[in-house]
Amino acid sequence: MFTNMFAPEKVSEAVDIFLSDFPLALWETLYATVLSTLFAVLLGLPLGILLVAGEKNGVLPLPSWVLKTLNVVINILRSIPFLILMILVIPVTRALVGTSIGTMASVVPLSIAAFPFIARLVESSLRELNPNIIETAQSMGASPLQIIFKVMIPESVPSLISNFTIAITTILGYTAMSGIIGGGGLGKIAINYGYYRYKYLVMMVAVILLVVIVQVFQAVGTYLAVKLDKRIKTRRHHQ
Amino acid sequence: MIELRHLSKSFKTADATVDALKDINLTIHSGDIYGIIGMSGAGKSTLVRCINMLEVPTEGDVIIDGVNVGELDTKALRDLRRGVTMIFQGFNLLMQRNCLDNIIFPLELAHVDKETARKRALELLEIVGLPDKAQAYPSQLSGGQQQRIAIARALATDPKVLLCDEATSALDPKTTHQILELIRDINRRLSITVIVITHQMSVVEEICNRVAILDDGTVAEEGTVSEVFASPKSEAAKRLVYPDSAESTPAAREGERTLRVVFNGSAVTTSPLIAQMAMDEHIAANILYASTRTIGDGVYGNMLLGFPDDDEIVARATKYLTAGTGIVVMETRPEEQENRKEKGE
Ligand SMILES: Nc1ncnc2c1ncn2[C@@H]1O[C@H](COP(=O)(O)OP(=O)(O)OP(=O)(O)O)[C@@H](O)[C@H]1O
Ligand SMILES: [Mg+2]
Repeated sequence: MFTNMFAPEKVSEAVDIFLSDFPLALWETLYATVLSTLFAVLLGLPLGILLVAGEKNGVLPLPSWVLKTLNVVINILRSIPFLILMILVIPVTRALVGTSIGTMASVVPLSIAAFPFIARLVESSLRELNPNIIETAQSMGASPLQIIFKVMIPESVPSLISNFTIAITTILGYTAMSGIIGGGGLGKIAINYGYYRYKYLVMMVAVILLVVIVQVFQAVGTYLAVKLDKRIKTRRHHQ
Repeated sequence: MIELRHLSKSFKTADATVDALKDINLTIHSGDIYGIIGMSGAGKSTLVRCINMLEVPTEGDVIIDGVNVGELDTKALRDLRRGVTMIFQGFNLLMQRNCLDNIIFPLELAHVDKETARKRALELLEIVGLPDKAQAYPSQLSGGQQQRIAIARALATDPKVLLCDEATSALDPKTTHQILELIRDINRRLSITVIVITHQMSVVEEICNRVAILDDGTVAEEGTVSEVFASPKSEAAKRLVYPDSAESTPAAREGERTLRVVFNGSAVTTSPLIAQMAMDEHIAANILYASTRTIGDGVYGNMLLGFPDDDEIVARATKYLTAGTGIVVMETRPEEQENRKEKGE
């Protein structure tokens, strides 16, 4: 089926489609990814903090039933396959966006699928922190909120950035999947042209673009995580 | 003044209850550099953490300047902690903040305005001798420098008490000596009461005026440093003072004066030192007890030397022996103890 993928007429057809459809698709993919990540972080970051701070020995202990409930909800949301979740949350999507079709609509299931994942990533970042540092802050009279905002989060920034990079690249993969059910972007192009109309070259280009975006996100994320980490000795201070 | 009254602390673990502290009674006067020494697991850290309620005692009271710390509400306890600060073996600096901002941190917690906090932090960098490290990050500093920054941070809120939990245990002998000097200096200049937790006798001998020996959660012995080290009474104290021969308390001859010489990583070897003193100063010391070890290129341990009862000779010997780095000398004749404290030795 791939035999004459590079035949001249296929190539020129692909170029046409590329020029007409790709700029919008690329834009849709990027904004669905970024917006979903943003919403997911807004929900997942506080949740992840609660999971750590709210423990029995944490800085802001929560009643144990609250913590248990949070954990169960997160686990349930994380175990539902994304495609099923998209269908399940259609009523929510309609209520929030007015429609269940289109890129904006896909942001709702994407955010819902990603925030429990982000909560777990934040939890693991915060657990890496040396507990002695928290105790030291307590010995200086820090309040629980001061410990969270002045110690736990700032000290975890490099690890949080690494983990958010993992999240954004994963969400990018999900946006492509959301193309199957009404979402826009590169995923939709790949499905529509590649799967339904056998234009494999177009599909290939869409996939290659997705790969390139993942590479870029990962490179930027790694760069920031390293650059912002003041524990790394080789980065000498410039006066 | 810090009073610990009938202080007990037990930890409940899955399979047992650990009595880390059992009915501790201690009084620490303002201006003291008070040593708490004991073997690993004796309960030293637990004790010091009870003083600022990082560990809530199971029973008993901690009273600081008449205030019962256990009765304070959360807010009042946070305020108290600004006046009773702590330094640790692992320094525990914020790794993502530079040194200046680490020192500013407790002031930030106390909502001190930015400009005042900055000025104070710069002053403190000066006090701890690292004025050029304001913008450096902790990972760029040596252990000793990090502990200096931690000390500056602990001083930021003008505390009246400084708690040191094994503050020098991660440092080499020379750096240990420098940090202890700094702590002594702070104690004198800022009249801050210091509580020093350690498992090293040399640390207590170098800076403390009083010492409590903690053994298995109880105070085995308490008193001035010279008292306790010159004539240890409890088994635990003897084990610390004469690590190699717990039973034999050396006896000085009638009319003999004794000097304890503590080697804390000094570069000289011990026997030539005594021989050298005999040649240079014409003082013949009677070696009553010696327990020294060579670790790396430093000598550790202590020695008890007997001298004729002559102030001039004893003074000369003290001066001669103290000249070496990493050597602390103290007179151990009981009636001399109070004088020694006043002279600020
Ligand atoms: N949170 C805890 N839970 C259970 N047991 C504890 C806890 N903290 C301390 N202990 C126990 O209490 C005893 C005293 O511990 P502590 O840390 O005070 O000893 P230490 O004298 O500081 O020892 P080291 O010199 O090794 O630091 C030990 O037996 C220890 O196992
Ligand atoms: Mg300890």
